[in-house]
Amino acid sequence: MAANTVLQVEALSLAAKSKKLVENVSFSLGKGESLGLVGESGSGKSLTLRAILGLLPRGIEQTGGVIKSDVSSAMVFQDPRGALDPLCPVVAQVAEVIYYRQKASRKASRIQALELLEMLGLPDSLKKSDRYPSQLSGGQCQRIVIAMALACKPGILLCDEPTTALDVTVQRQIIETITSLQRELGFAMVFVTHNLAIAASLCPKLCVMKEGQIVEHDDTLRLLQNPTNPYTRMLLDSVLPLPELEGSEQ
Amino acid sequence: MEPALQLKNITVQYGGFTALDHVDLNIERHTTLGLVGESGSGKSTLARVIAGLIAPDEGEIGLGSQPLKKKRSREQHKNVQMIFQNPDASLNPKHSIRQILSEALLFHRIVERRQVEQRCKELLERVHIEEGALDRYPYEFSGGQRQRIAIARALSVEPSLLIADEPTSALDVSVQRSVLELFHTLKEELNLTMLFISHDLGVIHAISDNVAVMRQGRVIEVNSKSKFFVRPETDYSRELLSAVPRIPTSSRSGGSYEQRI
Ligand SMILES: Nc1ncnc2c1ncn2[C@@H]1O[C@H](COP(=O)(O)OP(=O)(O)O)[C@@H](O)[C@H]1O
Ligand SMILES: Nc1ncnc2c1ncn2[C@@H]1O[C@H](COP(=O)(O)OP(=O)(O)O)[C@@H](O)[C@H]1O
Ligand SMILES: [Mg+2]
Ligand SMILES: [Mg+2]
Repeated sequence: MAANTVLQVEALSLAAKSKKLVENVSFSLGKGESLGLVGESGSGKSLTLRAILGLLPRGIEQTGGVIKSDVSSAMVFQDPRGALDPLCPVVAQVAEVIYYRQKASRKASRIQALELLEMLGLPDSLKKSDRYPSQLSGGQCQRIVIAMALACKPGILLCDEPTTALDVTVQRQIIETITSLQRELGFAMVFVTHNLAIAASLCPKLCVMKEGQIVEHDDTLRLLQNPTNPYTRMLLDSVLPLPELEGSEQ
Repeated sequence: MEPALQLKNITVQYGGFTALDHVDLNIERHTTLGLVGESGSGKSTLARVIAGLIAPDEGEIGLGSQPLKKKRSREQHKNVQMIFQNPDASLNPKHSIRQILSEALLFHRIVERRQVEQRCKELLERVHIEEGALDRYPYEFSGGQRQRIAIARALSVEPSLLIADEPTSALDVSVQRSVLELFHTLKEELNLTMLFISHDLGVIHAISDNVAVMRQGRVIEVNSKSKFFVRPETDYSRELLSAVPRIPTSSRSGGSYEQRI
């Protein structure tokens, strides 16, 4: 691996029994870099992320290729409520991760958890009274999940459609939060989404996946301006255009 | 002429929770009103009230010149048809496509029995499904095709108002685009009056003539499409519009997410 590379996926293939699900997928990620993985449902995005995390679902096997990485990774899932323990208050959940992963004392874990939650813009009132996931909104739960992922101090953050279930305004806040945390903490990121506009505005490099394979891989702007693969062109054509909002900065 | 649909002062409570809070809304004939809002804002509740699936606690509904009361006539039911996010909600899995389409045609006496077969074929042609589909069952079709069949079923009875509640939200982006194009063609060809509900502003832009924005059970803005997307009247609408992720252009470089000022 090159000195600056934190993740190298080489010719990764995954299969269930004899059914090929991911085939010959290769990409690499430099320290602090972001890569977008775009494709429609069933294209193999989630399985690729799970392979990197080392947590393939039962029944799925790696049938080829290697994944090289010398840093730890943590994952943020699409459904924040499903990723949290409904019976455990959220500050306690984040502190628990820190306690186990960083071998900190109980007290230090709680202090660090509260710092993380503040960084993620969660309500101050959590300091005084902890709350259960059901007592928070979907966007707030996703912030907790991100805090838990970051509590592992990962070198790579794997994001699997982290904003798909959220309203647009909340989506925007979460994306802004992830971007500024990335600047501050310097982790690399693989961002999976079916929404080309989100991936393009977030990542300088994109891979387009279709039926388990990467069909196109390029710098974001080049890929948007000169898509060479017809599938990429189709995805680009499916982004519904909006007129420019008067008086907006963009 | 009066609007195709008039809502006056509609309020709906679920237990103690106010899901619709004194809503006034009109839809002009042969236009499509796009209804947008975040989840929980009351869009589906409004659709269900108009379709007669729930009765409002307060307020009045007028369809053309007729008031729609709690108990509706067969004709009144026929006149308001609904398409859901999940097409399976309106397609009986045990019935062939022929049964699904002809049932509504016969029940509402849209055509005579001997013309039913021909009409079913015409309906499928309208939604770009080949006529061989008549002898098949819903599970044999993809999600996008099932939604096309649900559209054919809703249109078969020639409603005066069509309500579509997030009809493309469960579909993959490419399929979503083709179903939206179908709605657009049908709207032009059949001069439909439509209430089109979506949380996706791109979808609303593609289909609407006018736009209404809901927030916490209230309609906070009604505007023409051309004004709404460029110069919305409320801060909340502006907030929604500026949160939509857009494809970066060369002036804005890719991968440099811009912070909101
Ligand atoms: N646990 C599993 N067992 C068998 N097949 C699976 C499993 N998980 C996913 N698949 C299949 O693998 C393919 C890729 O799935 P996935 O990576 O989840 O796609 P994406 O995230 O792009 O929507 C799909 O065809 C899916 O049906
Ligand atoms: N049957 C019901 N019983 C109780 N509350 C409901 C019911 N249906 C919807 N709600 C609540 O009413 C509000 C509006 O819901 P809905 O009309 O489905 O919104 P939208 O379609 O805009 O997402 C939400 O807070 C929802 O939780
Ligand atoms: Mg997935
Ligand atoms: Mg709804």
